[in-house]
Amino acid sequence: MSAPILSVADLRVGFATEGGLLQAVDGVSFELRPGEVLAIVGESGSGKSVTAQTIMGLTRSQNSRIEGSVKLEGEELIEASDATMRRLRGDRIGMVFQDPMTSFNPVYRIGNQIAEAMRAHRDDVSKQAARARAVELFEAVGIPEAERRVDDYPHEFSGGMRQRAMIAMALALEPEVLIADEPTTALDVTIQAQILHLLEDLNRERGLATILITHDLGVVAEVADRVLVMYGGKVVEEGTLDEIFYDPQHPYTWGLMGSLTRLDRPRPRRLPQISGSPPSLLELPQGCAFRPRCPHEFGKCAEVPALEPRLEDAPSHRDRCWLTPEEKRARRVVEGQIGLEAPAP
Amino acid sequence: MARFIVRRLVGMVIVLFAVSVIVFLVFNVVPNSNPAQRLAGKNGTPQLVKSIEEEWGFDDSLPTQYVTMMKKVFTGELTSYSPTLPVDEQIAERVPATLSLSIGAAIIWLFFGLLLGYLSALKPGGWLDRVLTGVSIAGISIPAFLLAPVLIYFLTYKLEIFPSGGYVPLTEEPWEWFTHLILPWFTIAVLSIGFYSRVLRSNMLDVMNEDYVRTARAKGLSERLVMRRHVLRNSLIPIVTLFGLDFGATIAGTAIITEVLFNVNGVGSYAAEAISKYELPPIMGVTLYGAFFVVFVNALVDIAYAYLDPRVRLGASAR
Repeated sequence: MSAPILSVADLRVGFATEGGLLQAVDGVSFELRPGEVLAIVGESGSGKSVTAQTIMGLTRSQNSRIEGSVKLEGEELIEASDATMRRLRGDRIGMVFQDPMTSFNPVYRIGNQIAEAMRAHRDDVSKQAARARAVELFEAVGIPEAERRVDDYPHEFSGGMRQRAMIAMALALEPEVLIADEPTTALDVTIQAQILHLLEDLNRERGLATILITHDLGVVAEVADRVLVMYGGKVVEEGTLDEIFYDPQHPYTWGLMGSLTRLDRPRPRRLPQISGSPPSLLELPQGCAFRPRCPHEFGKCAEVPALEPRLEDAPSHRDRCWLTPEEKRARRVVEGQIGLEAPAP
Repeated sequence: MARFIVRRLVGMVIVLFAVSVIVFLVFNVVPNSNPAQRLAGKNGTPQLVKSIEEEWGFDDSLPTQYVTMMKKVFTGELTSYSPTLPVDEQIAERVPATLSLSIGAAIIWLFFGLLLGYLSALKPGGWLDRVLTGVSIAGISIPAFLLAPVLIYFLTYKLEIFPSGGYVPLTEEPWEWFTHLILPWFTIAVLSIGFYSRVLRSNMLDVMNEDYVRTARAKGLSERLVMRRHVLRNSLIPIVTLFGLDFGATIAGTAIITEVLFNVNGVGSYAAEAISKYELPPIMGVTLYGAFFVVFVNALVDIAYAYLDPRVRLGASAR
């Protein structure tokens, strides 16, 4: 296995708010290797986007408290100066955002916005060279009539095309790491698949290390190598794609899986859902954060379980749940569904 | 872009036509008394009233009356009757003073308004922002008729830095032109400086939350470039609209008070004089002149707007 390009260790991000310190990310650790796609999954407010933006240094402000370590090829980023972070952004770490409709500045031509990214990092790139490179990138991400379309304004692009342009922009300087924050959420389902395949191809061709942030397990199944499930700012389960999909250990992960509608099962009377809503990060419950919504909760849950391997044959599969693996396997399938309800007594 | 400009200019002509019809109705048709009597003024003799009646064709149908009036306006035959002076010459004579006053004030208020707004927005809530907020609110709150005497009292009579008023043409003595206008410029500009800096500040704070600003940061642009290219540029779009309205209105009439206070013999003081002497033709002329500038400046602004925001250009042509 190659050395990790990006390693995050015990990352904690808090924001000072009127209601007190909001711990958005609470001890997240992971490693990312070249050519790997790591999916970070969770509901809104689980801390997945904050994690990504902190890696980019975009959460720095007077009100934020950032602790832990983020290393890009051994170089510590948490302590790095703003100028260093600015040089890294776009050059070594590219980012694709959720909503392509609003992520381009409406008053500049798309080609110019891509050229701007290149010229911010390479003084010697002429305007012509930057434009030529933008055309090349447009072709690489599959935008037809690239030569003509680089001179279009964002409003002249469709959503899918804009997201392709966004990816082209993120790739302009051939970064080693690509962070895609919900890159397909704002798109039609057919376009989603196209964009995912594009990301997959780029990943394979260029050995790009990718962090894919999403709440859509369908997207995860399509492209991810490894999966990190986040809840209430913490990682609650971590493993390879197969481990997570075939042997999910944490009841929250079961919930996410169970909430997928499946075409190969009889249609349920009601679409399954995880009851309750995500906790406020200002008043997290004591112990396991998922406890109030978990049908399998028992006395031990008042204590936070560590994120550790709990299966003998799968050391890379780690989770935070007190149930034994046998209990988990017995409980998670209830009437053909993955553990949304407590088992019948 | 060319099509957009042509379309905008055609629109301008239509608006001016509508304005002239309204002026005609308000001055000559709506008031329930003899229009010739009113045009003749307070001291109009019966003979004068009679000749005005014939000259303006008040016995004809309304459309003919309108055409007669517009003919007078365009051929320069619109005159005041006591004494008899052509209105167009009177206005033309005074336009340089009014334009000097308005353009100079506009440059000052744009420059300081945008500068203060930009500085405020860099660190919202910081000490500089708080100081500038105070300054802006003070500027918005002080009326011209209070500010002008205060400035004249301290800077002219006490410190004797500036002349007390009057207007020296730019072509004759540029330096005198400048020193005579500084106080009136600032008197007009102070209100708008406060207003524009508040508007720009809040626009910038809104734009800073836009996704594309985050994108710009994620590209690794320096904070200065993010602010100037992405935040400021997009925040200026509403400012341009505001400027079009304000600048047009300043030329057309806001300057009246300042012109009178500083004894600048511009179009505003001409109108003020005409009102005090109850002379209708000059007021009619000044109204049309004002409408022309408001509409003209707004057409220019729309064109600037299309330049700043490419989405505007498409508008009708895309449909």
